[in-house]
Amino acid sequence: MALRSPSAPKQDVVISTRVDKVGLRPALLRNFRAGLAVVAALIMLLPAVWMSMTAFKSRPDAVSVPPKVFFTPTLEGFVSLLTDRRQLSNTELEDYKQRTDLNWMDKLALKRGQAIIGWSEFPKHLRNSIIISVTSTFLSIFFGVLAAYAFSRFKIPGESDLLFFILSTRMLPPVVVTIPIFLMYRALGLFDTHIGLILLYTAFNLSFAVWLMKGFIDEIPKEYEEAALVDGYTRLQAFRKIVLPQAITGIAATTVFSFIFAWNEYAFALMLTSSAARTAPPSLPSRIGTGGVEWAAIAAGSLLFLIPAIILTFALRKHLLRGVTFGAIRKG
Amino acid sequence: MIKSPSKRRQLSDRNIILLFILPTMIILVLMNIYPLFYSLYLSFTDYSVISSVAPKWVGFQNYQTILSDTRFWKHFAITGQYTIITVALQMLIGFGLALLIKEKFWGSGIITTLILVPMMLSPVVVGLFWRLMYHPSYGIVNYLIGFRNINTAPEWLGSPTLALWAIIIVDVWMWSPFVMLLSLAGLSAIPDYLYEAAAIDRAGSWFIFRRITLPQVMPLLLIAVLFRTIEALKQFDLVMGITGGGPGDATETVSVRLYREAFQGQFDTGLSSALAYIVLIVIIAISNLYIRQLNKVREG
Repeated sequence: MALRSPSAPKQDVVISTRVDKVGLRPALLRNFRAGLAVVAALIMLLPAVWMSMTAFKSRPDAVSVPPKVFFTPTLEGFVSLLTDRRQLSNTELEDYKQRTDLNWMDKLALKRGQAIIGWSEFPKHLRNSIIISVTSTFLSIFFGVLAAYAFSRFKIPGESDLLFFILSTRMLPPVVVTIPIFLMYRALGLFDTHIGLILLYTAFNLSFAVWLMKGFIDEIPKEYEEAALVDGYTRLQAFRKIVLPQAITGIAATTVFSFIFAWNEYAFALMLTSSAARTAPPSLPSRIGTGGVEWAAIAAGSLLFLIPAIILTFALRKHLLRGVTFGAIRKG
Repeated sequence: MIKSPSKRRQLSDRNIILLFILPTMIILVLMNIYPLFYSLYLSFTDYSVISSVAPKWVGFQNYQTILSDTRFWKHFAITGQYTIITVALQMLIGFGLALLIKEKFWGSGIITTLILVPMMLSPVVVGLFWRLMYHPSYGIVNYLIGFRNINTAPEWLGSPTLALWAIIIVDVWMWSPFVMLLSLAGLSAIPDYLYEAAAIDRAGSWFIFRRITLPQVMPLLLIAVLFRTIEALKQFDLVMGITGGGPGDATETVSVRLYREAFQGQFDTGLSSALAYIVLIVIIAISNLYIRQLNKVREG
């Protein structure tokens, strides 16, 4: 409005038919909306926050009536999650109190009159979760990227049928395929082994990886490779040196999603493992069955287990929409 | 003429296709298709995985047993009820959340991501800590909704009707963000000129919502319904985490029943395979219905 002619009206003319909607009301409305959104976010977060708080509570604090919001944080829950302990008799207790070789975990256990006798099953199950998720993610991304490239770049007879077939395998309820797989694994000696679960999770994530990666590779212009092919690159070289570097964001997003799916998987792990290869998701609920429920320990386990997923959700936020819809919806 | 070594080693496109696609196909056939046919066969047999007796062909007997048993119909009814209520609530809340945060404000990015966190968490672990929150005396849910007296406070997981609602609430909490995410994508894709034209015509806000916003977002909402319905029909993890099917069998969805038939008690493999197939057929039928509806909306 710097170039105002002398004949122009004194006030700015707002050339908008929505003149009635400018002013105080929209600003208020926007603040009201923002406020509601913040409240919604708080409600969504409350359970996770409550769980994190419970993880640092002592045993009585965790089940106090009314629920305690302010408490003295302690690592007791983590100690009882990670270790097996035994109750000490009074004379032993005096003995233990004299000892100087106790570390912080022993001291926390001692407060409850217990001595640590070794690691619990949980660290092992957490390690299984890591091994199985990482390996199966790697395999499904490796094979998935190759298949996605072929589907994206070549004319394949029956392509849409094959792609639909790949997708449909993901829609199966896990329990439907578990019974035959259980029989198969028992016959092959794969029941309760890392390899068994890795194979299953690889298959489970492969369909997802192919669909998501195909979308990402479709977006890379074909011309780059064609130029490389003209320059004397072989197809494989063009794939490795032109396509892969361009697809790296897509590969990263797909990897994180596959990892989260494998990390969170419960049904297969429950039915196809018993102890050696058991992962954390079926391991945590089984703690409830044993004697008095130790909520601080369960919350501590949940917290350890959920932290990676929470961090990765933030890392993924730009690709979430694409991931949760199998690449069906790309914009958002 | 001597071929250069690099030429000799070069793969034809045909071989590359095979090399790239075959591993995926083999893994999927081995881990999905073969088991599918195997369990189809098992569904026509009398067999238990813990017995040493080979499967005995019994025809449609397992299917007959299931479909004529009121106990199984109860599990189907529970699952159906669960599916309809959760999906309806998720659509309402998810779409509402999307309308709230569709316009950017300070911090809206981080708030969106925070709201999305629940759906990325492990359902069974989520179920576990909700179980703590639902506890009648030391749970925070009763405390927050104002039941401070233990004797009159509702026992969320102890009563058959409340227990199903307890699971529904958790499912809605977890997955409304999913609907929100899809709705946001739909809302942001609506061209501004539609709203401008409506403003010129001085259309009322309800009219704008019904004639512009809703139809434009509809395809994405239907996709959300499709995804959530399939997942709700398969619901297993959350139920196992929160109630384990209890009290009694009040919250036993079909998947939980299936697990009990197949891997607990009698280990009735034949019967559970038949049940699995019935679930599969229901899911395929419903998905087809939705997809047909979706295509109709997209075309018209």
